[in-house]
Parts: sequence; C-alpha cells; structure tokens
Amino acid sequence: MSTMTSPLERLPGERTLTGWGRTAPSTAVVRAAMSVDDIRASITSAGGRGILARGLGRSYGDAAQSGGATVLDLSAMDRIELDVAAGTATVGAGVSLDAVMRALIPHGWFVPVTPGTRMVTVGGAIAADVHGKNHHRDGTFGSHVQSMTLVDGRGEVRVLDQVSTPTEFWATVGGMGLTGVITEATFDLIPITSSRISVDTVRTRDLDHVMDLMLSGDDAYRYSVAWVDSVHPSGRGVLTRGDHAGAERLTGAAAQDPLAFDPKVLASAPPLIPNGLVNPLTMRAFNEAWFRKAPKQRDGELQHIAEFFHPLDIVQDWNRAYGPQGFLQYQFAVPDAAGQLVGEALAALRGVGALSALTVLKRFGAANPGPLSFPQPGWTLAVDVPAGVDGLGPVLDRLDEQVLAAGGRLYLAKDSRMSPAMMAASYPRLAEWQRQRDAMDPDGVFTSDLARRLSL
Amino acid sequence: MMDALGEPQGVLVLGGSSEIAIATVLALPRGRLRRVVLAGRPSPALDEAVATLNKAMIPGVEVMDFDASDTSQHADVVDRAFDGGDIDVALLAFGLLGDQAAAEADPDAAVEVATVNYTGAVSVGLRVAARLRQQGHGTLVVLSSVAGDRARRSNFVYGSTKAGLDAFAQGLGDALHGTGARVLIVRPGFVRTKMTTGLDEAPMTIDPQDVAKIIVTALRKGKETVYAPGPLRFVMAGLKSVPRPLFRKLPL
Ligand SMILES: Cc1cc2nc3c(=O)[nH]c(=O)nc-3n(C[C@H](O)[C@H](O)[C@H](O)COP(=O)(O)OP(=O)(O)OC[C@H]3O[C@@H](n4cnc5c(N)ncnc54)[C@H](O)[C@@H]3O)c2cc1C
Ligand SMILES: NC(=O)c1ccc[n+]([C@@H]2O[C@H](COP(=O)([O-])OP(=O)(O)OC[C@H]3O[C@@H](n4cnc5c(N)ncnc54)[C@H](OP(=O)(O)O)[C@@H]3O)[C@@H](O)[C@H]2O)c1
Repeated sequence: MSTMTSPLERLPGERTLTGWGRTAPSTAVVRAAMSVDDIRASITSAGGRGILARGLGRSYGDAAQSGGATVLDLSAMDRIELDVAAGTATVGAGVSLDAVMRALIPHGWFVPVTPGTRMVTVGGAIAADVHGKNHHRDGTFGSHVQSMTLVDGRGEVRVLDQVSTPTEFWATVGGMGLTGVITEATFDLIPITSSRISVDTVRTRDLDHVMDLMLSGDDAYRYSVAWVDSVHPSGRGVLTRGDHAGAERLTGAAAQDPLAFDPKVLASAPPLIPNGLVNPLTMRAFNEAWFRKAPKQRDGELQHIAEFFHPLDIVQDWNRAYGPQGFLQYQFAVPDAAGQLVGEALAALRGVGALSALTVLKRFGAANPGPLSFPQPGWTLAVDVPAGVDGLGPVLDRLDEQVLAAGGRLYLAKDSRMSPAMMAASYPRLAEWQRQRDAMDPDGVFTSDLARRLSL
Repeated sequence: MMDALGEPQGVLVLGGSSEIAIATVLALPRGRLRRVVLAGRPSPALDEAVATLNKAMIPGVEVMDFDASDTSQHADVVDRAFDGGDIDVALLAFGLLGDQAAAEADPDAAVEVATVNYTGAVSVGLRVAARLRQQGHGTLVVLSSVAGDRARRSNFVYGSTKAGLDAFAQGLGDALHGTGARVLIVRPGFVRTKMTTGLDEAPMTIDPQDVAKIIVTALRKGKETVYAPGPLRFVMAGLKSVPRPLFRKLPL
C-alpha cells in the first residue's frame, strides 16, 4: 500500500447534496457544528471552496449546497426558549419549525410565519426570508425577528437587530447564507388558544373567479391561499382562507386538549411512492381528485394547524416521486397590474406538457427593507414541474422575460435555473446587497452553488 | 455551475480544434454558457474553431496553448482553466490516428501516437480529475474509440493506445465515484472528420454532429459509457467474442 494520499480519494464526511428538487448535485464535506466556537473555527480554517450553512435542504435548487466546500449542519444547536412575558422565542438556528411548533403550540404560542412545510430550520427561514399564507397581513419571517446572532466572514460573533444594525440585519434576511452563519434568533410569536384554524373554503370556477375573491376578500383573513388546477385550462381551483380558532369553538374530546399538536408522518417515500409516479396521467387524475374533494363552499370548518398549513408533510420524501431527473418549482412575484401573467404562465407550461400537482396562488403584502427579500406587493404563483420535460428551458426563459418586464422576480429559495442576467435585472438592489455582503465577508468565505451560478 | 435543466456554464476542451469537440460545444445547451476554454496547439484549425464558436455567438471563448505530448505544462494549463471559474464539462478530445504501416516501419512514429493518445491523456486526465473532484461536481468526457475494444491488425498501434486510455478512464471514473466528479467514456466508430479524411468509410459511419448529440444526451442522463452510434455497442460485443484465428481473417 502507498503511503501517499490521493487527491482523488473521498474525504471523511463528504456527501453529495441537492435541494428538494433533487437536481444538479454537488459534493461537499458536511460538518456538524456543535457550538459557536466550532463555527468560528470552521470559518477561520475554511479552504478555497469556502463554507456554507445548510438547514433541512428544503430549498428546491442549489441554495443549500456548495461543491467542494465545507457545509455546516447546525442541527445540534437546538435550544428552544420561550419568553412568555415578551411573547418571543429564542431558538437555535438548526431547530426546525416542526420542533418549535411541537414545543410551543401546547403552551399557546404559534410561529409568526410558516411556509408550506414545517421541515425548515429557523436559519433557513431567515436566510430565505420565507413567507406563509399570512404574508398579505404579517409579512415575512424575517420581519418578525427581534434579533439574531451571526458569525461573519471574519469569524466574529455579532448580534444583529432591525434598530441598531439594520444594514447587516436586512442583508442577512434573504441573504441566502452568504453574509454569515446564523446561530440563534429571537422572534415574535402569535398567541393562540387552540391548535385549530377556522377555515372557509370555496371551489373556484376559473382564474378570474379566484383572483376576484382574493382581491376583494383576503384582507378579512389572516391566512389565505389558492390551489389551482394546472391541468384544466380554466384554472379552476380551491380557495382556502382562515384564522386561528378560539378554544371555545372546540367541542367533545377536542375541547379537553384544545392545544394538542402531534402531527403524524408516514415514513419514507420509496415504499409508498414509486419512482416516476409523477406523469401526465397521474397528474390529470390528481388535479381532478383534488378539485372534486373540496366542498363547493364551506365556512368555519375547523382544521388542524398541520392539516391547514402543511398537508404535504404527511408523506416523507414525496419529492422522490418525480424520479431521477428531479423537478423544480417556478415561483414568481408580480405586481397586481401584471395579474394576467398567472394565466399566461399556466398556459405556457401546459403547452409543453409540464403538468403540476402543486400549483399555488397567493397575494403578497408590502415588501420589507431586505435587498434580496423576494415578496413584493401583488401576486405570487408557484408551480412544481418535472425537470425532464422537453422544451421546459425555453418556456421558462420566456416567462422570465415577461416576469422581468412586469417588474417581478423569482424566489431564490426555489430557483435552480434562472440566468445571472435575470437575477441582476430583477433584483435591482443586488449591487447594494453585494457591497453589504462584502463588508461582512471580505474574503468571500461564504459561497454556494447558487451564488456561483448566479454570480451573487 | 450546471443548472437543474443540465445547462452548463463552463466548458474546457483539451484538443481545442477537434471537430467532434467543437460539434459537441455547439450541441450543448447554450442558454447559460459563459466560458469555453479551447486548449490546443496553435494552428489554423484552432483559429477556425474559435471563429466557428464566435460565429455561433458562443460567449466567453478563450484559447490556451496546450500540447498533449508536453506533459510538463499540463499542470499549469489545467490550473489556469479551473482558476478562471468552475468547469462543468471537460472534453478530452485530442488524439492522433497515425499511420499503421508508417508506425511499424518507424517505431518513433508509433511512440508519438502512444505519447499523445495515452501518456498525454493520463497526464492531463489525472489533473483535470483532481480539479473536478476538488470543486465537487463536473464531468470529464473521454473520447475513446471502438478501436480500443479489440486490437485489429490494420491499426493496432492506435487501437492499443485507445484500449489503454479506455481502461484508464474506467478506473478514473470508479475512483471518482461519490466525489461529485464523473467520467463519461465515448466510443465512436468511424466519424467523418479531418482525422479520417481520405480513408475508406466503414459501415455505420457518422458525422461529428451525431457524436455530439449522443454526448449531450449522455451528459444529461448521467451515463458512464456510450457508443456512437449507439448500436455499435452490440457490434463490438459480437466482435469481441470472435475467436482470434477467425478474427485475424476478418477484413477489418
Ligand atoms: C414543500 C415545501 C413547501 C414550501 N413552502 C414555502 C412557502 O410557503 N413559503 C416559502 O417562503 N418557502 C417555502 N418553501 C421553501 C423553504 O421554506 C425555504 O427554502 C427554506 O429556506 C428552507 O429551509 P431549510 O432549513 O431547509 O434551509 P435550506 O434549504 O437548507 O437552506 C436555504 C438557505 O438558507 C441558508 N441557511 C440555512 N441555515 C442557515 C444558517 N444557520 N445561517 C445562515 N444561512 C443559513 C442556506 O445556506 C441556504 O442558502 C417550501 C419548501 C418545500 C419543500
Ligand atoms: N474521427 C473518428 O473517426 C474517431 C473515431 C473514434 C475516436 N475518435 C477520437 O475522437 C477524438 C477527436 O477526434 P476528431 O475526430 O475530432 O478528430 P480531429 O478533428 O482531428 O481532432 C483531433 C485533435 O487532436 C489534436 N491533437 C493531436 N495531437 C495533439 C497534441 N500533441 N496536443 C494537442 N492536441 C493534439 C489535433 O489538433 P492539432 O491540430 O494540433 O493536431 C486535433 O484537434 C480523438 O481522440 C480521436 O481519437 C475519432
């Protein structure tokens, strides 16, 4: 045996990483960070390919991976502390919103914003500045962060908040992990008296119908989202809107424990979902069934928080259903004046046979000061599509141009294919953010495949 | 970076004037391309390759001096190519067909074929592999040949270099397994390029554009080995099992 180490040899801890869409893999050394000191040590000893924090890998594209780099896993930094008087929680950045909810809902507190899955970390929620069904009322997750601790590119530990360090704070909110490693955050909570949402449901005939209802009525609800049938040319769908239900609404056994929260997860996809389950035939059937399953109209139905916010979390690893070529989610935000793009995008995707099971339409409220924060007032549409669809690239490139012309943009947490030119043009404050990032990470220690692909 | 739809941004061609390689660059999805490095010996053919890519509006075309037989400069060429940005696809395309009779008469000519096709490929291939592996992604495409599947009387010098190259590429691919870097071995049959000008065409002869298409599809699907054209796989499987006394007499 040779005593030389080969440069081709795999390194300990090396893992191949992708986002939720399972496209464009790259390999990195994944290191578990146990403490702030650990993170500082990793940063100061970073190699030429740099460092990146990764949460639960629920971004769809390449945001949470960095080929050849050291990728930090913060799941061991799992403190959850509730401050009842302040109505806030202080939570380690590696903690999932699932864990936060399991810990806090039974005490009568809910997170200020939750995305369509609980399986995201607090670090990932801040770095992508995630939004939920309440964006039109409550804004993004980042805007509810009181303060956060970050290790910057020099390995310095900094406490950031909106008042004393607004520039660094907002460069980090939506900054996709490129300003530093978030280790902990304190954020506002919503007081609740039950773990149920009172939901009004309407089956909508077409896009005009659902968009009219949302424009005229969303303000009356804290939470609102529409599912759209991507197969049916009408754009029919199901609009669900709701608010936290008071404990007094619960009856029978449920009233005994109004704050109960213990959602079940059906284990792993391979046995449940055959690879390649997603195909035009199943997509047609799925969309039809989803539409039919909804009542024409029903008011005040009590749904469990998990059922209302995270229906997909019931099945683990459902992303494998798209087969080896993976899938992507195309999500754009455009001003109200460009609402017609919603229908045009769905038609364009239907045109190449890119049928989606998960098509979600929402209204966004005001934007926040984050230069890279995605939400802006108007409409946002999110469509899941298999990456292997022929002709998908050109269709999405054309949609990009339309989104850009309308003054809109794409969500970095979902993107896996836009061009650097589209990025720069649709986020006009990119250069301003880059200067702020350079000040926090002068040596460019933090990088990701996303950052390289889009020249961030 | 390669994106979710398999569109590359950085490409390196070793043997920058190879017609198969240039056809492949032109066949790659080009919506996200931003840098194509052509490494080759200065020649009118290399200038023409640059002109072809420019005319096709391929962005970021760069030229680097590279001689496969001068292994002392390989480290520097590879470093400069990779220091300029991640390489998603590297094409190892240089090669010499040589003349079998000339090689038998003048072993120095045979040595040149062996040096370029095998020694040069080992030297630059290992260096490219190390850099791909360091960046955690990317594919090395190795232009092997069906001539390496079984040595033939009529061109066993060339064939043996390709056999060596092919075995090298297989081992390299296995070594890289799990590192994010990959090797795609391409085994063309007879392709109409300047390498084969003036030779009698063999059955199943194809054009560089046909090989290019096969390479692009194989890249997208993450294949490890492809023949060009595809059915040659079965022809070669058959030929490999022909006993030598009979094989010797075949008009190949
Ligand atoms: C089914 C599903 C539904 C979704 N629904 C929504 C939705 O409704 N609204 C929405 O906004 N998003 C939604 N998303 C996207 C998801 O919320 C974001 O991608 C989120 O960032 C994922 O969090 P994560 O912990 O998995 O982070 P990862 O995907 O692992 O990382 C995301 C980014 O955060 C950075 N990061 C992670 N941890 C840290 C840290 N400690 N410090 C610094 N940077 C860090 C990473 O570097 C990366 O750039 C959904 C995703 C899925 C799969
Ligand atoms: N054409 C076929 O039928 C066929 C079949 C199977 C496999 N292949 C293989 O496919 C690859 C590409 O061939 P091709 O068909 O595209 O032919 P090609 O156009 O002749 O390309 C071969 C290239 O190799 C270059 N080269 C030769 N010696 C070199 C050296 N010392 N240093 C740097 N570059 C050198 C040549 O450049 P110069 O101008 O500098 O000489 C030429 O550009 C080769 O490996 C070949 O063996 C070809």
